Amino acid sequence: MINVLYFAWVRERIGLPKEMVETNATTVLQLVEELRAREERYALAFSDLTALRVALDQDLSDFDAKLDGVREVAFFPPMTGG
Amino acid sequence: MRVIVQEAPFDPGAELNAFAKGDTDIGAVVSFTGVTRDVSGGLSQMQIEHYSGMTERALTQICEEAQHRWSLVDVLVIHRFGVMKAGDNIMMVATASRHRADAFAAADFLMDYLKSRAPFWKKEVTADGSEWVAAKDSDEDALDRWS
Repeated sequence: MINVLYFAWVRERIGLPKEMVETNATTVLQLVEELRAREERYALAFSDLTALRVALDQDLSDFDAKLDGVREVAFFPPMTGG
Repeated sequence: MRVIVQEAPFDPGAELNAFAKGDTDIGAVVSFTGVTRDVSGGLSQMQIEHYSGMTERALTQICEEAQHRWSLVDVLVIHRFGVMKAGDNIMMVATASRHRADAFAAADFLMDYLKSRAPFWKKEVTADGSEWVAAKDSDEDALDRWS
């Protein structure tokens, strides 16, 4: 089980801020493929990965990264702090 | 070093007066305050969302990197989340060093990094609706200056 978090418009498109996901995915990309296959709202949120960022256990990472031992995955648009 | 993430307003003047107080080895203090701007001319509010936990972690890492790169006596970052009105202070950074060059450069670095590496997202709400603020390519390009 992985805790998956969504922020900003990703959260709005999917319609929830977080969920526990039962998955055998070994990479972020595989997890994204599983989520995309679920429902239209997921497919829509993940339609353009260049518009998204991913963090693994609260560290910025990338979509090719492995999920070995990762407990928390977060998907969000590019950040706009400051 | 102090990293503060909070919903409540803060007083930049009071924060600056208290910053690095009593340290006689400081010759320069630089500060920056980010203010909510009404870009469209009809802003009713700005909503700032953040990733609690990662935010504190990312800001701390950015401050540590600044301390590693420059000779700093102290660093302060305050960043708010929640609902802002035009004119409200969103965030501030302050740096203290022996000589001004380090304090200026470190403050500049902190701003560039926390704009696109700290997990905050801004949403502008106007009478016409609401829209997420898009990240600018120039913000990402600004990071190249420091690589």
